[in-house]
Parts: sequence; structure tokens; C-alpha cells
Amino acid sequence: MSDLSYVRKDMLPEKAPPVSEVGAIGWLRANLFSGWFNSILTVASVYLIYTLVSSILPWLWSPTWSAGSLSECREIVAELGKEHGGACYGVITERWQQLLFGFYPQELRWRPILTFVLLFVALAPVLFTDGVPRKMLWFTGLYLFLAPWLMWGGAIWTPLLVIAGLALGALAFRVLSGVIGALGATIAAIVAPILFWLFLVGPLSSALASIIPLGIEVVESRLFGGFMLSVWIGVVAIAISLVLGVVLALGRQSDLMIVKYLSVGFIEFIRGVPLITLLFVASTLLNIFLPPGTNFDIILRVMIMATLFASAYIAEVVRGGLAALPRGQYEAADALGLDYWKSQRLIILPQALKISIPGIVSTFIGLFKDTTLVSIIGLLDPIGLTGSIRADANWNGIVWELYGFIALLFFLSCFTMSRYSMWLERKLRKGHS
Amino acid sequence: MSTLELETHIDPAKMQVSDEVAIEISGMNKWYGAFHVLRDINLTVNRGERIVICGPSGSGKSTLIRCINRLEEHQEGSIIVDGNELNSDLKNVDKVRSEVGMVFQHFNLFPHLTILENCTLAPIWVRKVPRREAVDRAMHFLEKVKIPDQAMKYPGQLSGGQQQRVAIARSLCMMPRIMLFDEPTSALDPEMIKEVLDTMIELAEEGMTMLCVTHEMGFAQAVANRVIFMADGQIVEQNEPKEFFNNPQSERTQQFLSQIIGH
Repeated sequence: MSDLSYVRKDMLPEKAPPVSEVGAIGWLRANLFSGWFNSILTVASVYLIYTLVSSILPWLWSPTWSAGSLSECREIVAELGKEHGGACYGVITERWQQLLFGFYPQELRWRPILTFVLLFVALAPVLFTDGVPRKMLWFTGLYLFLAPWLMWGGAIWTPLLVIAGLALGALAFRVLSGVIGALGATIAAIVAPILFWLFLVGPLSSALASIIPLGIEVVESRLFGGFMLSVWIGVVAIAISLVLGVVLALGRQSDLMIVKYLSVGFIEFIRGVPLITLLFVASTLLNIFLPPGTNFDIILRVMIMATLFASAYIAEVVRGGLAALPRGQYEAADALGLDYWKSQRLIILPQALKISIPGIVSTFIGLFKDTTLVSIIGLLDPIGLTGSIRADANWNGIVWELYGFIALLFFLSCFTMSRYSMWLERKLRKGHS
Repeated sequence: MSTLELETHIDPAKMQVSDEVAIEISGMNKWYGAFHVLRDINLTVNRGERIVICGPSGSGKSTLIRCINRLEEHQEGSIIVDGNELNSDLKNVDKVRSEVGMVFQHFNLFPHLTILENCTLAPIWVRKVPRREAVDRAMHFLEKVKIPDQAMKYPGQLSGGQQQRVAIARSLCMMPRIMLFDEPTSALDPEMIKEVLDTMIELAEEGMTMLCVTHEMGFAQAVANRVIFMADGQIVEQNEPKEFFNNPQSERTQQFLSQIIGH
């Protein structure tokens, strides 16, 4: 037999890994003490963390919840004999309702709370497609009209008439598509409801309300404020900008020249302008352009600007997802005879959006935090309210506790969005890397 | 010659080819920018014909079959598939595409859908087949390609050979009258080529009109009733397989065959 020849007689069984590789010791060795340099880093980091925590915790641990002013806080802290001083939570006890709701009338605050709770009911079928019955989507659709009515109040007829406007559009499409073709019918189906909403909903609603006065108390936009305002602007802008962003991304990829250049122009223009500029346009310039006497709600104007701003970013994020899809997916969809809209809806977008989830959620988080910019144009979001709170003689000079509380609210919201997106990514990972 | 041992040895001559014309390509030219990829292609395919197209890479063979369902647009000449001319009329194009199945080199299954959903999607959305019927049909074809037990898995969990068989089943679910294969085995490990070719042979035996771009010469000899050799965007030679392999006429063909068979 030659030296090169070798034949295995029996196959080797599997063996357990050595102890140093598994369990707590294995973990410590691999992650904290894998070499002398890493060991030094570990010890140094532990010391640093200890120093930070040991000086922050005593400050945080401060029984000042019932204090009525900053000087009262200082007395309590001095009595306890704390060297580094202590936090003054009295301001939060006294002002938390204002920080959450602004000047929304106290007795009506159940309305934003209900809207907020229903938001999760409406989102459930969208966010968790598996565990929630599909029929719930009806409620999601209804919520779009219910939420503004609950927030702003007014006659029940207004939201009903807005829904009627949609029905009018559908009717226009059905009737006209046989007469003037699909394109004309589509345009009519878009124009008719808009005209209806702009010119007929207002008078019709007041007419109906004078016959059957059914409604809830009106709350004016200037009373909106606090974290509620941030959430209200943020949620609306997020929801609409996602839809608009996808449409813009598809438009930018379109073969139709006009659609393509309109999309490109819009995206590049909006991305080239700071949000704060758009907000100033919303708060001051729009009034100049609108016909005198029109009362275009300031919150609505801000919502529109924030939505346009976010949708340009979403469009670019989604375009990245579209570009990442192999050409073969488009070709396979084409080869099966799926038309443009079906292949986008069933094949391309589900995959492109999945790829874009981290970017989309980043944009949403950024947008949500950017809602604090509305304080600059005089809306009373939490940041806008801090000014008046700090101007109060009782709380003059308070900084950390107030901004810390607001930061905590924003952090909790953004962290939730971030965790949801990670969960969604894991769920959508379907046996392929 | 390929070392492939095919299970079924059928006599291509016995399989029926009707007089009815399935595809008629005449005077077709195509350019990519200034590059003339397809030059004066004339080709008539009768129903039931099994045609293998071979040639060196860059010879335009893939482009040719991709023109047949208008994944590529031609600029001159005409292509008529089942009586529908392929032109800028999108309705005609969609009609042709739903009648012509296509299998790609890289399978192009939809990774976000299960195997079953991959197979039922087009019948439900294009042909408006009721869901239950579409599922039955999909299971029928998955059984035919011998992987019904994988129906609930996702494409990423299957081997290349299994994925390609699913791709064939997905096309068949649309009940096409013509099948196009664009190098269906080129991306597969040698162990998996055979299972895909066996499926294709079975299809040929049932009288499917097939156009297949492939380098599997064993398959060509076993199944094809015509072999077309392309080079530089032109049809250089076509003949029945026995003649084509044993007695190639043009120098270009001889050179090509000696290179793929020579070692």
C-alpha cells in the first residue's frame, strides 16, 4: 500500500466542548478578560461606572416630591445633609399635567387620553399582523377620522362628512371610469372629494349641527400643548409621510418622465431646506399667501410641513431598499404577468420596505424629536413650556429635573420604536440571511 | 460530452410536433445602445417543439429568449407569440407573459413568500383563480417536481436544485403553453443538475413547447428536436441533435463543440 492511501474506517462521534468555552467562566473569559489589555480595560471601565453611579444616585435619591418651590427643595436637601445636593422633583409634581397636556382643558383631558389609547388599538393590526384579526383594519381606517374629531372636538357631522367625501370620490370613479376612461376618472376621484372638503364640509356641517346638535366641545389649537402636542404632530406626520414617501420613491424610479422629475424635484428641494425654515413658512409666510380671512389651523400647517419634510427622507430610504433588490425579482414578477402595481405591492415593496426598516425607523425617531422645534414658532410643546415654568418665581433656576423629565418621555417613546423595529426585522427574517 | 446519466431515455423523434406555429420571429434586430446584440433573427417554433439554444457567452442566446416575453425590447422586426404580436401595447405583453413561463438561472423565487405562496401568487392575482383551487393546483405541480413536503418552507431554506424545481412549478401553475429556460442549471452544484433536468425531461414528454438555453449537451441529445447554435448575435447553425453533434457544418460550431466536449 502506498503512503498516500488512507481510508477512514469509522466516523468520529461528536464531543462536548471544553469547560473554558461554555458557561459563566467561559463567557467572562471570552468577553471581559480575553487578554491583559482587555482585562485592564474591564477594570478601568468598572471603576468609571462606579464613580458615575455613586455620585449620580445620591443626587437622584432625593425626597423632594412635595416641595412647592426651589428654595423649599434646598431646605429639604440641606436638612438631609447631602454633600452634592439633591434633585428637586417638586416641579414635576406641580407641573407634570401641564408638561403632558399643555393648556388642554382639564375636564376634557380624557379625550387625548382616549385618542392615545385607541391609537394602539388602531395600530395593532398594522404593527402585529399575525396575532390580530384582519377585520380590525376597519377600525384603523375609522380611527383616521375619529382621532382629529376627539382631539379638536366639534360636531359629529364633520368627520362623517369627510368620510362622505371619500365615498363621493369612489362614486365619481365608478360612474366616470366607463364614460371618460380610467385616467380621467382617477383625476375626478381625487379632485371631487378635495373640492367637497374645502367648500362644502364646513357649511354643511354647521347646517346639520343647527338641525341636530350632536357633538363634543371644541378645543382650539392654541390650547394644545405639552407632550401631547409632540405625539399628535409626530404620529400624524409619521403615518402620512410613510405613505407619501413610498409614493415618492416609486415616482423617482418611474419610467414616466414628468412623474420622475416632479418626485426628484420635490425630494431634493425639501431635503435641501432645514425643517425650521419650513416651520417658519408654515407659521408666518403661509398667511401672506392665503386669501385674507382664511383661518388655516397652525397645528395643521405644522403637521403638513413636518410630513412633507419626513416624506422626502423616507422616499430616499425606501429608494435604497428598492435599489438593493436584485433585478431578478422584478423580472420574475414581470415574467409571471403581474402588472406594475401588483408586482410593486406583492413582490417589490414588501421586500424593499423590509430592507429599509432601520432607515425608516431612524427617520421616524428623528422626526419625532424634531417636533420640539415647534417651540421656536411659539407652539407650547414641552420645550416651549419650560420657558414659562422657569420664569415662575418658585422655580426660577431649575434645569436638570425639568429637562430630564422631558428627555425621559422622549427616550421612552423613541426606545419603544427602536425595539419594535428590531422585533419586526427578526420576525421578517425568513430563513435567508 | 457531459457525464450526466439521465433517468429517462426518450426518443425525441417520437414526440409529437404539430404544424401549428407557437412563436414566429422574423427579421428581428436588437441593440444595447450602439452594440448590435441580435442580428436579423428568423425563427419559427411549432407547438410541441423542444429547442435547445447553445453558443459561447455573449452570443445573445439569453437575450433572444428574453425577447420572447419582452423582458428585453427588440427594436426591429416582429415577434408573434400565440398570435399576439409583441409591441408597445402593454395588454398584448401581459397576455403573452401570462401564457409563457420562464425559468431563470438564479431561480428568482420570492424570498419573502413560502414555496406555496410563490406558486399561488400569480394564478390568484393574474388569472383570478380562487385561492383554494390555486392551492390545489400548486400542490399538484409541487408533487410533480417531487417537493410537496417543502410547501410551507421559505425559498432560503431549500437547496439550489429544490429552488429551481419550485421555480419550474411556479411557472407551470400559470398553465403556460410555452416554457422558456434561461440556463436553468448553470448556477447549480453538479449533484443537483440531474434532478432539475429530470423534471424538464418529464415536461418535454408531456408535449410542452420548450426553448432552453443550456450547456447540458446530454439533455439536448435526449430531449431536443432541434439545436440552435448562436454566435455574435446571429443564428449560425441549426439542426436536429444527432446531425448537429456528429456532423456540424460551420467552422464556428465545430470549434465550439470541440471546446465543450474535448476534455
